[in-house]
Amino acid sequence: MKGDIYTFKILRYDSTIPDKGPEFQSYRVRVIPGLTVLTVLNRIRDEIDGTLAFRSSCRSAVCGSCAMVINGKIDLACRTQVAQFGTREIILEPLPNLEVIKDLVVDMTPFWKMYEKVRPYLIRKSPDPEKESYQSEEDRKRIDQFVNCILCACCYGACPVLSRDPEYLGPAALAKLERFISDSRDERPMRELEFINTDKGVWGCDMVMRCIDACPKGVRPTDSIVSLRKRLLKYKIFGKEKK
Amino acid sequence: MLYHDVLIVGGGLAGLRAAVGLCDKYDVGLISKVHPVRSHSIAAQGGINAALANHPDARDDTPEKHAFDTIKGSDYLADQHAVEIMCYEAPKIVYEMEHWGCPFSRFPDGSIAQRPFGGAGYPRTCYSADITGHVLLNTLFERSVERGVRIYPEFVVVTLVVKDGRCHGVVAIDQIRGQLVSISARATLFATGGYGRIYYYSTNSLTNTGSGIGIAYKAGVPLKDMEFVQFHPTSIIGTNILITEGARGEGGYLINKNGERFMQRYAPKAMELAPRDIVSRSIATEIEEGRGFESELGSYVHLDLRHLGREKILERLPGIRSICLDFLGIDPILEPIPVMPAQHYSMGGIDTNERCQTDLEGFYAAGECACVSVHGANRLGGNSLLEAIVFGKLGAIAIDDDLKKTNGKPDSLEVEKAKKKVEEKIYRLGSHKGEKPFRILDDLRKTMSTYVGIFRTKEGLEEGLNRIMELKKRAEHMGVTSPNLFMNYELISALELEYMIDICHLITLGALLREESRGAHFRRDFPMRDDRKWLKHTMARIGKNGEPEISYKDVVITKYEPTERKY
Repeated sequence: MKGDIYTFKILRYDSTIPDKGPEFQSYRVRVIPGLTVLTVLNRIRDEIDGTLAFRSSCRSAVCGSCAMVINGKIDLACRTQVAQFGTREIILEPLPNLEVIKDLVVDMTPFWKMYEKVRPYLIRKSPDPEKESYQSEEDRKRIDQFVNCILCACCYGACPVLSRDPEYLGPAALAKLERFISDSRDERPMRELEFINTDKGVWGCDMVMRCIDACPKGVRPTDSIVSLRKRLLKYKIFGKEKK
Repeated sequence: MLYHDVLIVGGGLAGLRAAVGLCDKYDVGLISKVHPVRSHSIAAQGGINAALANHPDARDDTPEKHAFDTIKGSDYLADQHAVEIMCYEAPKIVYEMEHWGCPFSRFPDGSIAQRPFGGAGYPRTCYSADITGHVLLNTLFERSVERGVRIYPEFVVVTLVVKDGRCHGVVAIDQIRGQLVSISARATLFATGGYGRIYYYSTNSLTNTGSGIGIAYKAGVPLKDMEFVQFHPTSIIGTNILITEGARGEGGYLINKNGERFMQRYAPKAMELAPRDIVSRSIATEIEEGRGFESELGSYVHLDLRHLGREKILERLPGIRSICLDFLGIDPILEPIPVMPAQHYSMGGIDTNERCQTDLEGFYAAGECACVSVHGANRLGGNSLLEAIVFGKLGAIAIDDDLKKTNGKPDSLEVEKAKKKVEEKIYRLGSHKGEKPFRILDDLRKTMSTYVGIFRTKEGLEEGLNRIMELKKRAEHMGVTSPNLFMNYELISALELEYMIDICHLITLGALLREESRGAHFRRDFPMRDDRKWLKHTMARIGKNGEPEISYKDVVITKYEPTERKY
């Protein structure tokens, strides 16, 4: 049989048995070239240990289910090649900054709570036209990178501010807010941004850009935070509405 | 014990659109196996069809022409009145999504951009680069947040509760709390998606088991046209991740190992933009006749995008490029993409009418799990996102109309009773050392890809059917590590496997009985379409002893007479 033997060390924990703390369990698996971490996880659950818990769905890096820590780096298990690390040992841990439910499955509730706080939808005051609202190609391009966010929470797990302040809105929610504010069709008034004008909002960011490193889709949440800060300042100093 | 006026199962496009349509008026609950934004709708790339006539070459496009293309594409098996409804709704749906914030790509005049797609007479496919499913699903999820739709993520439905010809709700597993939950409702709508994962080669998400279709069948609801399975021409070798038809819409070529644009032989006019059934058969034929490339991961042909140039690829197909880089280590700007056909879409499904109503009172279905039928024997690219949203909307309207007419309450005791039965079943699965579900599933998938694929024969289908029957027996003796309901994915796969085997059975049986070739169903031993005998829908209903009973139903023809399909 082809392929090399790898050891997968996976941090196991069951929140229904809290007395038993988290501990690593090792699985030895033969890996042929080209396999992803997610493929191996599925094989472990199928063939070795039916009790292993992890989330997955699209297996093509678009649904955002399988974010975790892989050999110390936050990424999606589905797009991470086992062979890329140059070692025969792969260590898998759940995403930081969120409570573990079981093994590699974390409780995303706080993440979604922050997402909902920013009113993550297009807000219009004008009546809808009969056809589409027109938007120039240039205006459409402006929101491109933030539209790409798949809400996988890689950035949330990587954020050093969130690790000390769980009340901080976090990179994904702020990037989502910028996605709407910078959309030429959105008409939310700037005074609505008062809630991010705090150290739980845009001023909480340390600007160490771990979120940018962690994002599997090339989104730069720090850019959104810088942009939101500028908008706030312009509004505060000059009373300037957006655009 | 939960109660909602309306229970929606599935958080993809169809389920979310239905929920948004009803939540202002009714107490709506939406349960979903995964968080809504993880639903398979997210993976759709190329676009959504609507005759907006925005493209300079499409100024005279109309919904009627869209309907004609869809009916011709369906090889005349679609119900024409339903297709007309969908195509006339299409512009309204696209404008609605745009008003709700969907970031479509734009033409220089600021209107929604449209691209050419397979089987369409005009560039009619509205898109957002190559992440159209992602933007539509996010838009609908955002709208559901705005409206405050009650969502129960990571709830897996196990059974549908029926008594006296009426649906009373479902029993589901709440994976996070580790509980069985009975949910009664006045109306239940399934928007549970397709069954791609019954095939070894599929573009679908790992969660697409089709169990919703199987659950409905087991509860006595008829299924329709199950033998019609779409194989997408271009999935990357190895993982079978989809490469959008948009890649060919933007001008990509299919090339064999002799360097030929082989579509010339099969569809000289439409070339790479012939409908999917035709392109998939063409690729399979090239490979069979020795003109494909060989590799450890399987045989393939090339999808060549290099002549489109760096700028166009980066602007219109950036997601395709990332997929190629992440999963093949290939940059399509510099190298052709190795592709092969793979299962992609379920044309058949739960039999519904154009109002999403089924044979069972109080039970509705919409989206890929349903069969209206608007796709007939072959779906056109860009029509699945459309179908999901249109029928999510129309399903909500029908439920509203029906609930206004009656004030019947569901029988919650019956739902509790059903829960007890599920409890016993789960205990049985987890308390004996039977065969693990994955081995049976693996054999099932190989059986389907080998015997019930692009090309079918009587002998092959009979062999497939025999094997499926053996797998059914093996599944009776399967077991899982633990009956614990808390985050027990192995248990979920065992429960779903039973339904997957039923679906395979019905697809194979329908394919064996249908002695003609139509759309995606191609019989080597009956290579021609036979309208005299087979211009009809296959209906499958579970019989008293659990065996399927097959009957047939007429196709609705309005004004498009079936003619030979040429591209």
